Amino acid sequence: MIEVLNLKKRFATAVALDGVSFSVQKGEVLGFLGPNGAGKTTTMRIITGFLIPDEGTVKVGEYDVLEHPLEVKRLIGYLPEDNPIYQEMRVNEFLNFVAEIRGLTGAEKRAAIERVIETTGLESKYKKTIETLSKGYKQRVGLAQALLHDPEILILDEPTTGLDPSQIVEIRRLIKDLGKEKTIVLSTHILPEVQVTASRVTIINQGKIVAQGTLEELTQKAAEGESTYVELRANPEDVEQTFSSVPWIERFQRVEERDGVYRWAVRGPEGQDIRENLFKLAVEKNWTLLELWRERATLEEIFLHLTTEEVPA
Amino acid sequence: MRGMTAILKKEFKAYWISPMGYIYLVVFLSLTMWIFFRGFFIINQANIRTFFSILPWVFLLFIPAITMRLWTEERRLGTLELILTLPVKDHEVLFGKFLAAYLFLIISLILTLPLPISVSLIGNLDWGQVITSYIGALLLGGAYLSIGIFASSISFNQIVSFILGAVFIFLLYLIGMQWILMTFPPKIAAVLQYLGLGYHYEGIIRGVLDIRDILYYLSVMAIFLYLNLRSIEIWRLGG
Repeated sequence: MIEVLNLKKRFATAVALDGVSFSVQKGEVLGFLGPNGAGKTTTMRIITGFLIPDEGTVKVGEYDVLEHPLEVKRLIGYLPEDNPIYQEMRVNEFLNFVAEIRGLTGAEKRAAIERVIETTGLESKYKKTIETLSKGYKQRVGLAQALLHDPEILILDEPTTGLDPSQIVEIRRLIKDLGKEKTIVLSTHILPEVQVTASRVTIINQGKIVAQGTLEELTQKAAEGESTYVELRANPEDVEQTFSSVPWIERFQRVEERDGVYRWAVRGPEGQDIRENLFKLAVEKNWTLLELWRERATLEEIFLHLTTEEVPA
Repeated sequence: MRGMTAILKKEFKAYWISPMGYIYLVVFLSLTMWIFFRGFFIINQANIRTFFSILPWVFLLFIPAITMRLWTEERRLGTLELILTLPVKDHEVLFGKFLAAYLFLIISLILTLPLPISVSLIGNLDWGQVITSYIGALLLGGAYLSIGIFASSISFNQIVSFILGAVFIFLLYLIGMQWILMTFPPKIAAVLQYLGLGYHYEGIIRGVLDIRDILYYLSVMAIFLYLNLRSIEIWRLGG
């Protein structure tokens, strides 16, 4: 549905995008994850035709955004970052304005406005001036605006930023519901947000895509980074010798020593649990086993790892 | 076209949502009326030439005030991103805004109609000249508007937009004024006079509506609206 190919964008002071490529399939909810300043907003602005890239192409549906911007804009409903709306307008006036630009008229327009008011739960705020609404309701107005033409694709740039916890839950639920029938790209710098709403994740950092996949795939990847720790009261040379000769230990390292107790980090073959083997080995060698545990890198750690390290050029 | 109409409606309404539109009108009308009637009773003629000859100077402050908001506000609030990602062409957005400001100007000028009407009650007014002069005022105002809206596209601050607009208009007016032209060689002076914003208008309010004068103002509008489109292009490139 969306095909982003090798986007590059340089601003006066910095490189915002350095070869970003990814694709979004019809019907999926893609979480576009990255720390602030990673290039999420720039990417979304290019997809929606607000910015022109230095290099690269974006295809939405069958249209190239540079060649057919209007067709692309008709396919997309867009909620920009910080939800820019006309504060001095009333909710109905604002929706009416966007509907008219979108070419809706008469009964069709009224039906569309009624529909989005219902979807976003704005019935009681219909006649209110936007600036008097709470942030959560303003966000709903922004979403309502993006839904007016019942678009196939929704692009939401940090839709929950600045909301209080209960508003966040509501907006996420709304997005999740919408995700049942629409293709959604949702950017965020908060991991739990994609865990709640998205089916697939693309992680961007410093203008580059650093990881992508389904949540399961990424969690799997995280699991690959697991180590088993074992604390033994035993002669370290003996342990070292034994560990290097055992086939199911791929790597090991002495981590800590305290009062003759040594802590070892041991890695077995990928995806294999070696705790049992370690226990048996300790028994066999008559080592005193004090502790044995496994540490699994969480998705959170993977995310931090991917987005805090310098990206190799 | 529908997009343009929606923008036009929204921008025109925006003048009346806040008290600003009314304040502009009251200031505009009281200023023009006051200056006119101050002279009127002294000259003692059924003639409203003074009204039309002070209009360029009143417009100099009035028009940048009605255009200063048009782009500056959208950029400051970020709503520019909303507008430019809706399925509407850049020039439609621009024309919508331009025409909304034009409509506001037309209403302001219509509200000055009591002036010639009251003069015609007192004496014998040449209505032909009055109508020609109003057309001249609309052309001159349109040129000012195009400059003002362009000025609002190059600043993030309304006050700066206002000042820039007034300065651009003033400079373009100035180059056609007699006391400036005297300092130039005659050949250059003739060109400058032709380029100045005031020269053609002065011709029109004398009662002569020349096609070249009309073309001049339309060209000024075309040039500044074109520059404004370039501003939008620069925004899209990330400037």
